Amino acid sequence: MSEFEKKIIAFKEKIKNSKNQKELFSISSEIFGKNGIINSEFKKLGSIPVEEKKIFAASINKFKQELSDIYKAKVNKILDKDIIEKVQKEKIDITLPEKEFKIGKVHPVSQVIDEISCIFSEIGFSVEEGPDVENEYNNFTALNTPENHPAKDMHDTFYLDEDMKTLLRTHTSPVQVRTMLKGKPPFKIIAPGRTYRSDSDQTHTPMFHQLEGLHIDKDITMGHLKGCLNYFIKEFFEVEKIKMRFRPSHFPFTEPSAEVDIGYRMENNKIIIGEGDKWLEILGCGMVHPNVLKNCKVDPSKFQGFAFGIGIDRLAMLKYGINDLRSFFECDYRWLNHYGFDPLDVPTNYRGLSR
Amino acid sequence: MKFTKDWLNDHLKTNKSENQIIEKLNRIGLEVEKVDPIKNELSDFVVAKIIRANKHPNADRLKLCDVDIGGKENIKVVCGAPNAHDGLLTIYAPPGSIIPKNGMKLEVSKIRGETSHGMLCSESELKLSNESEGIIELGQKFNSSIGKPYFNKKSNNNVIELSITPNRPDCLGIRGIARDLFASGYGDLKEIKKVKFKKTFKHNFKVKIEKNKNQACSIFGSCLIKNIKNKESPSWLKERILALGLRPISAVVDVTNYVMFDLNRPLHAYDLDKIKNSISVRNSKKGETFKALDNKTYTLNENMCVIADDEGPLGLGGIIGGERSGTELVSKNILIEAAYFDPGVTRKTAKILEINSDAKFRFERGIDPQSVKEGLTMASKLIIEICGGEVSNFDIQETIKFKKKIIKFDPKLVSRTIGINVKEKNIMNILNKLGFETKKKVKNIEIKVPSWRPDIFGEIDLVEEVIRILGFENVKSIEPEKVRTKPTLNFYQKHFHLAQRSVASKGYYETITWSFSDEKINDSFRENFETTRIINPISSDLGVLRNSLYPNLIYYMEKNLNRGFGDQSLFEIGPVFTGNKPGNQITVVCGIKKQLYDEEDYKRDNHLDVFEIKKDLMQTLVELGIDKEEILIEDKSPSYYHPGISGSISSKDGKHLFAYFGQIHPKITLESYGFEIFLENLVNFKSHNKKSKESLLLSDFQKSDRDFAFLVNKDTKAQLLVDAIKITDKSLIKNIKIFDVYEGGNIPSDKKSIAIKVTIQSDHKTLNESDLSNISNRIIKSVEEHTDAKLRS
Repeated sequence: MSEFEKKIIAFKEKIKNSKNQKELFSISSEIFGKNGIINSEFKKLGSIPVEEKKIFAASINKFKQELSDIYKAKVNKILDKDIIEKVQKEKIDITLPEKEFKIGKVHPVSQVIDEISCIFSEIGFSVEEGPDVENEYNNFTALNTPENHPAKDMHDTFYLDEDMKTLLRTHTSPVQVRTMLKGKPPFKIIAPGRTYRSDSDQTHTPMFHQLEGLHIDKDITMGHLKGCLNYFIKEFFEVEKIKMRFRPSHFPFTEPSAEVDIGYRMENNKIIIGEGDKWLEILGCGMVHPNVLKNCKVDPSKFQGFAFGIGIDRLAMLKYGINDLRSFFECDYRWLNHYGFDPLDVPTNYRGLSR
Repeated sequence: MKFTKDWLNDHLKTNKSENQIIEKLNRIGLEVEKVDPIKNELSDFVVAKIIRANKHPNADRLKLCDVDIGGKENIKVVCGAPNAHDGLLTIYAPPGSIIPKNGMKLEVSKIRGETSHGMLCSESELKLSNESEGIIELGQKFNSSIGKPYFNKKSNNNVIELSITPNRPDCLGIRGIARDLFASGYGDLKEIKKVKFKKTFKHNFKVKIEKNKNQACSIFGSCLIKNIKNKESPSWLKERILALGLRPISAVVDVTNYVMFDLNRPLHAYDLDKIKNSISVRNSKKGETFKALDNKTYTLNENMCVIADDEGPLGLGGIIGGERSGTELVSKNILIEAAYFDPGVTRKTAKILEINSDAKFRFERGIDPQSVKEGLTMASKLIIEICGGEVSNFDIQETIKFKKKIIKFDPKLVSRTIGINVKEKNIMNILNKLGFETKKKVKNIEIKVPSWRPDIFGEIDLVEEVIRILGFENVKSIEPEKVRTKPTLNFYQKHFHLAQRSVASKGYYETITWSFSDEKINDSFRENFETTRIINPISSDLGVLRNSLYPNLIYYMEKNLNRGFGDQSLFEIGPVFTGNKPGNQITVVCGIKKQLYDEEDYKRDNHLDVFEIKKDLMQTLVELGIDKEEILIEDKSPSYYHPGISGSISSKDGKHLFAYFGQIHPKITLESYGFEIFLENLVNFKSHNKKSKESLLLSDFQKSDRDFAFLVNKDTKAQLLVDAIKITDKSLIKNIKIFDVYEGGNIPSDKKSIAIKVTIQSDHKTLNESDLSNISNRIIKSVEEHTDAKLRS
């Protein structure tokens, strides 16, 4: 047995008996370091005859490998022991509160607008917009509402000039006018947005949200209107069946005009949509008046279709059980937290509206 | 519009029940708003209980009683009855009620300095007996009826209240309602009985419609009734007037109201003896004054329509009568007017003078011009029946001859519009029953529109009539096709949607606040924008269109602070107005953050500072697709930010302003930070700078970090150093990070030290020492050349 082999055996023993990381590291440099036994043995290579070099080097490498394996195993063993000792000492009160994760909220009106867009997207409507400040023509005249007509009384308008020519739009219907004037039929759009009326009480706020719908093509009839709204209401309230009633009404810009009621009943002070024998008015609709089409450069002898207007806030209240319309705009932190939606909760066609 | 089933029976022969009729009315567009038990003269008087009969502080013989009338709170009533005592059940008359004994209308009044809300009644006051000593004492069995009417006149009749849409003036009369029900198969419309009575003398009072510009009056019919004895109306008439929610006044007035609600034919009665010489219907002169029946004096503009005599205005045509010529119980000779006034002029006048009346409500919607004779006939018949007297012939002045509208109607339009086939016979039948005259022509039907339907202009109006009566339940629903030819959201809308959820995901709660704001607060954020005032704001603190989202956000943030919520992050995405024209608006995403330092948290580590808000902003911009490499950050910001702790972010070329951020100026609010993203600018930039992701090259060669510390002037921006480093070698420099900014100590007082770590890596080889020192030297040189920095030694 050569001197080298003896040293190897001695080191094997030393590794085996070592007690901690520090001891091991000093052994490691004695073996594998610059001046360790392995390197020192390799240095002898120079003085060995060429024909023996290969065998000599191979034997060193064999021992190096042996030692390295033993060393690594020992290191792991000691490390494991250290970790286990440390872990046993570490004990915290896991019931202490977690670090605060700050995720914000999306306003229920925004969520409902996304839900509505999602439903109408499925049946081919695209989203249009218009400005909040409108002129008298787009808000009234083009929509077949003549000046000095009591129909105007239904809108308590905010005016921006003494001549009453510019105003805050009282409904989203001017978007119909803008859309038709800038394009060519067919039109199939929805337009959500802010609307304004000079009205403030328990159930009215000076600003609220409406959704306009417009579908103009060659042969769109009231049957399509009925089907479209039926589909929308069912999807929106996520119910199988919905009780709906079309009641004749009057809007200057549609003819025939109707208001739509949905059936509901009360259960433990909560509204259950879709059944029961009570009626709740939720939207106004009708076939676009030929005068409106003419005003918008659409030929009423070739094109016809329907329009509707829905109160978005009202829908949000019904779907999410919110009692007070005014609370939508009061920004109470508790309210926003309670009724707001997780920003990751994006309504989609494939996932469904609510999670 | 109110009516009773009983009254409806005058016009409609039907075997349908009240409930069936209500259901039907809703289905044909006459929306039933309310159904209430009928009111009569005595229904105001309710059972009440004296809770405490206190001594009146200023009068020995009076008592000041706390009375339970079944409401939420007890009310105070002053009472002089000796028998008023605690716990007494009696009968209470509220303010507004009329005491049967003397016809006196009760009002809230002060009696010896104490306010009395109504009265406790004696038997004689209610005409129950002659007993006038003390108030009525009811037995204990009435204890359960407190607040309920004492005179429980059994009646199954209800008052049905309709909400009539503005296009249907004809249904502001009970006859019109009956006609609609008849058309929808609910009974037969009764003929109006032809009345014959002797017109014993000639109408010799001069009436003239003047030829004025825009004369509102085109028909003025009148008759004289002489030698009447005006009196209280008979009970049948009083009951009907009460059912309408009106107070009976006298037979003459009650009859004119009755005819108005029965036939939708407004009338006016003048005391003939009070009119000076003649009546002329003319335009008013500017400044003319007139005292109306509502006891108010109005100053008129020019060109309002007045009925005048030689002394001046007697009434405002179609709106309200005047006090001077009003009828009274003693009136002997009267003139009844039935006229036609133009809807537009009537409405305009009433709007300017702010007058609302039943007549105005009808004339502005359009009255049947052919109902003049009918109205005069019915009124004079009733008046002479009740009050006696004799009637003159009718004098009818007419300046424009009314002609019925004629519409050429293609019945196929019905099925084309509503999608179901309706037989021509059915269409004709419905229209005929509604009063349209139909004449079959070769290609179409010629339709004559009845004079009471001013809302019918064209074919489509007739389609509506047909489907309204047929019922929408007959329209067959067509399932929508699930086809999409256009994307749902456009490029901008996608960004709106993303920005909203992006900011929300960083801890901000989305709010929606008014588009208007308080002018004073808004002014702090207005900068160079014009103030846009609302002419008729809901209140003065919501008087202008907002020029920034901050005013409302800060207002509500402070409200939440007062509610005890310290740490808050709020945001809004919505319009900011840049002017008063349509389209003068931009979309801003505005976030605001505030931290309260007195909140204790066992893990609290970082305090809110500007870099917190900058972090949220930068990450939002990145999520919206703005590369950090393509932006320019400068210390330019509007005056509502802290001038030293705020900045702007724009595109590299400075042309597109993406955002402002910083601390809100402490003079506005303390310790608050915010940002504003200008969405259109951002989207505009992106649509002009569309780019796709470069393909990724990963280098496996060793990377090295080199640290540099530079000494710079205090106001030198760190970004300048970063930019100077970046341009040294784009292929080798992979990352630049500022890791320390230091002032004080061994550094000159006008300088600061900035320490930067630069990560260097080649894509092609492992860099050796000399490569690294080469690039290091180039970095130092570039920084020293482009800025005032000196490498610290």
